[in-house]
Amino acid sequence: MRAWIEKQRYIIDFTISSLLRRKVKNFGLLALYTLIVFILASTMFFTYSIKKEASLILKDAPEIVVQKIVAGRHDLFPASYIETIKKIRGVAAVESRLWGYYYDSLVSANYTLLTPPSNGSPTHNVKSSAKTTVVESESGDQQAVDMAKPLFELNGAVLEPETLIIGNGIARLRNIGKGDYMPFLAFDGKVINLKIAGVLSSQSELVSSDLMLITEDDYRKLFGIDKGYVTDLTVAVSNPSEVAMVASKIKKRLPQARPIIRDEILRTYDSIFNWRGGMMIVIFSAAVLAFVIFAWDKASGLSAGERREIGILKAVGWETSDVIQMKFWEGAVVSLTAFFTGVILAYIHVFFTGPMVFEPALKGWSNLYPNFELTPFVNIEQLTTLFFLTVVPYTVATIVPIWKAATIDPDSAMRFTGE
Amino acid sequence: MRNSSLFFLYLSAGVFLLGLLLVHASFSTNARQESLDEKSAMVKALRLTDLCLFTEARYTRHLSQADLNTAFQDHPLSLEHFPSGSFTQPPEGITQRHESLD
Repeated sequence: MRAWIEKQRYIIDFTISSLLRRKVKNFGLLALYTLIVFILASTMFFTYSIKKEASLILKDAPEIVVQKIVAGRHDLFPASYIETIKKIRGVAAVESRLWGYYYDSLVSANYTLLTPPSNGSPTHNVKSSAKTTVVESESGDQQAVDMAKPLFELNGAVLEPETLIIGNGIARLRNIGKGDYMPFLAFDGKVINLKIAGVLSSQSELVSSDLMLITEDDYRKLFGIDKGYVTDLTVAVSNPSEVAMVASKIKKRLPQARPIIRDEILRTYDSIFNWRGGMMIVIFSAAVLAFVIFAWDKASGLSAGERREIGILKAVGWETSDVIQMKFWEGAVVSLTAFFTGVILAYIHVFFTGPMVFEPALKGWSNLYPNFELTPFVNIEQLTTLFFLTVVPYTVATIVPIWKAATIDPDSAMRFTGE
Repeated sequence: MRNSSLFFLYLSAGVFLLGLLLVHASFSTNARQESLDEKSAMVKALRLTDLCLFTEARYTRHLSQADLNTAFQDHPLSLEHFPSGSFTQPPEGITQRHESLD
């Protein structure tokens, strides 16, 4: 065994010296190979982590959201439909949501305005201590809920009429904070000034960067929406296995309604950044194409110099198996070096530098982009997939042509001059 | 030092670093559990449906709530033109065929 190990070490010594004799070509190859592994690994780490994070964050999203569709577009939902949905068997609770978008021409950014659950529904208090957020739901007679009662509390910031709580992305973009005023142009041309009561935590930017929480009255005043309408509804179902059935019943009773169940929301984020979609397929095909070129270059034959080298080695006593072993190690040295360097750099890139390479493409045309740190959901399975996608094809591709070259006569190998 | 020793040293360093990164990933996942819980609690309390990834258009901001004919929302021949649209796919339900009509 020891003799075998020593032999392999001598072969590796020789292989590396041989590689270093063609420095420019081999370092170029190594750099390109590392780049391909880096891009593939970065894409894999980023997409897997964001999908996993989305599935964990959105696991408590509403069970069913019901929109009203008119001529293929969202329309305001008549509050009177709530009763129709409540009558459906299996429905535990129906709550209305009021939300929409506001374009801020000053910074060319879109904000999402939302009224936290309040009148007509249980009051939710999100009391955020240093880092944690505890959600409490107060029970009680809904009629007794005081309209002026603070409907949302965060880090001591209380949402009251003519105030708002903003996401950290907005605070960063506008360079504003608690106590400042934000002007809004209402639907009738009037300017409404709202005081900032608080800023949502930077940790929650992935869901709240562009959020603005305002009271229902202010929302209706800003957009001129009548009390009889809401944006959409959320429906809670008593038995989780009946969600699809309740959704189909809603669709039957209200043909204009479009129910979206939680599973669909989760599936949307599971298919986001899917390898079949848009930019991903461009990245993957570029990487696959580069690999095909590598493999083609290797499989289509050896250069005259490499053939001569094999001829000389066989002439001085190397066996066919030794030559194949040498070429195996050549492939292994290049691909393992590229694999480790590429994967380590990809990890640092995605989880320490906030996907620097992807950022310009991800930001697109939006001025307001969340600053978020991805949780590194990396496992052995991903690394194994990467290994088999990158190292194995290259190593195998280097052995096939060598088999042909190593079995020919040393004399003819040394005489061969063609490329 | 022999070339093979240098190679195995690099390989060992690579395996060690990769192992270290896996340990970092595991520790970070545990350490960020609070942050994940905070986001999850916010989603529950505010009844949110989407991640704030792309704010450039309403159908990219709320991917799961997008119109059924999102690409044609502005006029009948309007094609998808926002950069983030190239990263995402339409919700699964839209692309599913219920019945072959051929």
